Amino acid sequence: MPEQLTGAEALIRSLEYEGVEVVFGMPGGAILMAYDPLIESPIRHVLARHEQGAGHMASGYAHATGKVGVAVVTSGPAATNLLTALQDAYMDSVPIVAITGQVATTAIGNDAFQEAHTWGMSMPATKHNELITSADEIPDIIREAFHLASTGRKGPVLVDVPKDVLAATMTWHRPGAVRLPGYRPAVKGHPRQVKAAVDLIEQSEHPVLYVGGGVIAAGAAEELEQFAEMTQIPMVTTLMARGAFPDSHPLNLGMPGMHGTYTATTAMQRSDLLVTIGARFDDRITGDPKHFAPEAKVIHVDVDPAEIGKNRFADVPIVGDAKTVLQQLITETERRGPQPNREEWLATVHDWQGTYPLAYEQNPEGPIQQQYVIEEMLRITEGDATIVAGVGQHQMWASQFWRFEEPRRWINSGGLGTMGYAIPAAIGAKVGTPDEVVFAIDGDGCFQMTGTELITAAVENIPIKVAVMNNASLGMVKQWQNLFYDGRLSQTELSPTVPDFVKFAEACGGVGLRADHPSEVAEVIEQALAINDRVVVVEFTCDPEAMVFPMVPAGGSNDDLILSREDLA
Amino acid sequence: MKHVIAVIVENKPGVLARVSSMFARRGFNIHSLTVGPTEDDAMSRMTVVVDGPEMEQIIKQLYKLVHTVKVTEFEPGTAIEREIMLVRVNADPKRRGEILDAARVWEARAVDVGVATITFEVTGPPERLADFLQLMNAYGIVSLAKSGRIALPRDQKSAKKQLKTA
Repeated sequence: MPEQLTGAEALIRSLEYEGVEVVFGMPGGAILMAYDPLIESPIRHVLARHEQGAGHMASGYAHATGKVGVAVVTSGPAATNLLTALQDAYMDSVPIVAITGQVATTAIGNDAFQEAHTWGMSMPATKHNELITSADEIPDIIREAFHLASTGRKGPVLVDVPKDVLAATMTWHRPGAVRLPGYRPAVKGHPRQVKAAVDLIEQSEHPVLYVGGGVIAAGAAEELEQFAEMTQIPMVTTLMARGAFPDSHPLNLGMPGMHGTYTATTAMQRSDLLVTIGARFDDRITGDPKHFAPEAKVIHVDVDPAEIGKNRFADVPIVGDAKTVLQQLITETERRGPQPNREEWLATVHDWQGTYPLAYEQNPEGPIQQQYVIEEMLRITEGDATIVAGVGQHQMWASQFWRFEEPRRWINSGGLGTMGYAIPAAIGAKVGTPDEVVFAIDGDGCFQMTGTELITAAVENIPIKVAVMNNASLGMVKQWQNLFYDGRLSQTELSPTVPDFVKFAEACGGVGLRADHPSEVAEVIEQALAINDRVVVVEFTCDPEAMVFPMVPAGGSNDDLILSREDLA
Repeated sequence: MKHVIAVIVENKPGVLARVSSMFARRGFNIHSLTVGPTEDDAMSRMTVVVDGPEMEQIIKQLYKLVHTVKVTEFEPGTAIEREIMLVRVNADPKRRGEILDAARVWEARAVDVGVATITFEVTGPPERLADFLQLMNAYGIVSLAKSGRIALPRDQKSAKKQLKTA
């Protein structure tokens, strides 16, 4: 006899059917029904303290594992709290499925208790969303949601489930084949375009591989390395692509753009060909688009056709999956035989690297520079840690000074720039990769937004580590006020002593450590690394006046980058 | 410059909201948008008239919507385009005959006659509606409702013949 299930049971079974191991969430009235079958389910539930945290946890999990992260929350305020995390995942193409409770179908539109128009509000913040109106639809819609989240250009998908749908009875059936007549993501690049791309590469004298997060999303790091080595094209890795290619590789010029290395940004400016793979000519990369890479032709490989030609004309557009297209490019390049000698171009860029390295000075008397903390963390961990950043100065320094050698060990909020991302995302990453050291690098401003998720980490036994770079400021905003508002500081100074981060960590069930002086930095990092059964917060009392360089002022030309404070005079 | 595009979408709740929300958030201007059923119950046809030069982006962004199945931009002259309008004009009893004569030439049907106004229904290519409106302006237009444009591509085989008769 066919099995009769409630909608709630069908929902949880559908998640099991997708291979979901863990969901991040918080129960409430409308989603209550779904939490009952969760008791018997093998799916782990991590109880977040705020729905935004649950969303970022799902994102951190997805970044670290490459799997779909799942968040489950209730209706109304829970759904609105989740929106930030959805938009964040949308901007960074992170595969997430969010399940939200909804008031009963009979109450929708009546301003019922904890009702919000979740479907309408989440529409522009998701790749796709659905409101389920009948329990029978549950298996198929959940299947579709996972398919959409994890294929093509990945992204968040929201499924809104009314209370009466969860309570209704349905005859269980396994989901059928996905039927989405309007959804056919391209995989293979057009062979003619692949040939045209290799033609351009062979004709180019100063090519640059411009690599974005799409390479990591496609799992194409190996192909990228092979292609770079056979063509000897120097590479820039965007904020979202750090780790797609080893920083130790001589072809890697680091991060380009607003706070990129001189060499990465300038190589693009002087380039005659940008071989763009899974990147989107974001304004933080290009600066003023009119002055960006003026001589360069563009090969643009992207799985999302809408990215091609959106911000920059593509001479050779290739729509396809980065891994497949790279394989096609490798095959075509092999067929052509020896590639042009790039020694002169490589000598030029390596020369720039020698002349304009990333630089800072750590006065042994203090104050502590954040770059120094990051370099010490790198030295002591030997780079074997997953780094999760918030948004601001500390994020830029982490991207600049950490040496990333493999994909999925760098997790941050790139497109949306969501302050407070680090702690919940680190929790998600640690859940997904429990054997790795997961070290959040956070600012004091960011920490105060989502620091209460430390409670989640402590109670759920998710031993993340958090370095709080306490410069008693909203540092990046303060930097802009210093540079572009004549130093008139408006609302960017935080208290140097409140909150007490050490006590805060302890109150949340973790260990709190502090370094006030450069000589203490290495010691507290070692202490933090020795503790693996509890959450550890290490506060570093940092220089409140430090600024991130190089810097291209917003909207400026990438030719006019500011290298240091001295450049400002 | 106005462009006419046909968008075949899955006939699902909220699909109009998805399309109009995308236009709004991407900053694309809609001149008119109509939506209705097609020969296939599972699909709806939208005819969108848009202003602006970013046609490539508009079409790509439409395709990104999961429920969009097919987008076609009509080159000028390649589609049969129709619109319906109801227009109420001032019609002093003394000028009523003159107005009705003019309307007859345009195949405008008088669908409501009041003490001081006449309401016409006009169907046809958008240009013809525009011309009729211009004519009626002389009498004074009291109110106006337009359906927005609908369009179908011409059957390739009879393209020449239809171009002449449209």
